[in-house]
Amino acid sequence: MTEEEDRIEYAAQNAALHRKFDAVLTEPIPARMYMKRPAWLEYARAASILALGVAIGLALPMFRAAPPAPVANLTPLPIRAARAHLVYSPEVRHPVEVDAKDQEHLVKWLSKRLGTPLKVPVLSSDGFELLGGRLLPGPEGPVAQFMYQDGSGKRLTLYVTRPHSGEQTTAFRFAQDEGVSVFYWIDKDCGYALSGEVDKGTLARVASSVYKQIEP
Amino acid sequence: MDYNLIVPFIPNLRRYARALVGDRDGADDLVQDTLERAVRKFHLWRPGDLRAWLFSIMHNVFVNQLKARKIAPEVEIDENMLAAPIPTATSLDVIDLQRALLSLAPEQREVVLLVALEDMSYADVSRSLGIPIGTVMSRLSRGREKLRKLMSGEASRSGLRVVQ
Repeated sequence: MTEEEDRIEYAAQNAALHRKFDAVLTEPIPARMYMKRPAWLEYARAASILALGVAIGLALPMFRAAPPAPVANLTPLPIRAARAHLVYSPEVRHPVEVDAKDQEHLVKWLSKRLGTPLKVPVLSSDGFELLGGRLLPGPEGPVAQFMYQDGSGKRLTLYVTRPHSGEQTTAFRFAQDEGVSVFYWIDKDCGYALSGEVDKGTLARVASSVYKQIEP
Repeated sequence: MDYNLIVPFIPNLRRYARALVGDRDGADDLVQDTLERAVRKFHLWRPGDLRAWLFSIMHNVFVNQLKARKIAPEVEIDENMLAAPIPTATSLDVIDLQRALLSLAPEQREVVLLVALEDMSYADVSRSLGIPIGTVMSRLSRGREKLRKLMSGEASRSGLRVVQ
């Protein structure tokens, strides 16, 4: 088709679409779409929808894999992550081994040690900036920990480990240990856990950013 | 941010959703979920193009819905499978526009509708869908071409194979 024919064809498509769907523009808007509820109710509702949304929207691996089998003698991922968070996040002088200034080196180094290319999520839009990262010992090998901090000094850590033998992929889940909240999931390449001493809603929001950036 | 800023965009969100999803209830659910998510994420909105922001939220909700529906083992979307149910009894049959749209791959359908129905610029589509402008253009031309073939009855069981 020539350009001219294309142009005519596309204009015809646009017109056909408008003919078919423009009527929707003048339909009365359903009442439920006017969200005129008190702010506090909105907030409470948002929190519950968020939890549900996170569970449904991000819980895909659940449908693909068998239920996780308990792994003998292995501390569960969220507990390992929460403990690592408790150890390193209060550090004033040495929160990380490699500073975010050397991010390229940090990522290369930790990717090499874990044996898989790692992605460091950018969480600026959630108010958290990368401080840096460190290498930790895990039950069966090296683990990477990335640390983030917000304007008020609150810290989150992202714990990334290779899945251990027998550990199954899991959906997006929530756990708490010693006051630390953790969102975690395990995909075929890595287990991820985002930990912080922040409210569940905030953590869920950041965790879903992390998830979106990591899972293609 | 004030919810009243969002209200004027609801008719457009609904029109787009109707064309994207096909049925009225499903489309309004998509709009509802989008609005609720927008309310939750108000604090993340930076003054700028509110329309593109809302459509980007709708895109994310839509993608999540597609994924949630896809419970069966993942299968590569095969254009032949999508084209198969279309009747081919008389080759001159002009199929319904809605069915033609639904037989486009969702990512092509989004681009075609944002451009052809919502009259968005490539830059706004790129922002709304989080894809490069080049991808917008290639999806648009494939989508438009496929729509043309479907509407003119050329696309039949033999199918088109689109390599993404």
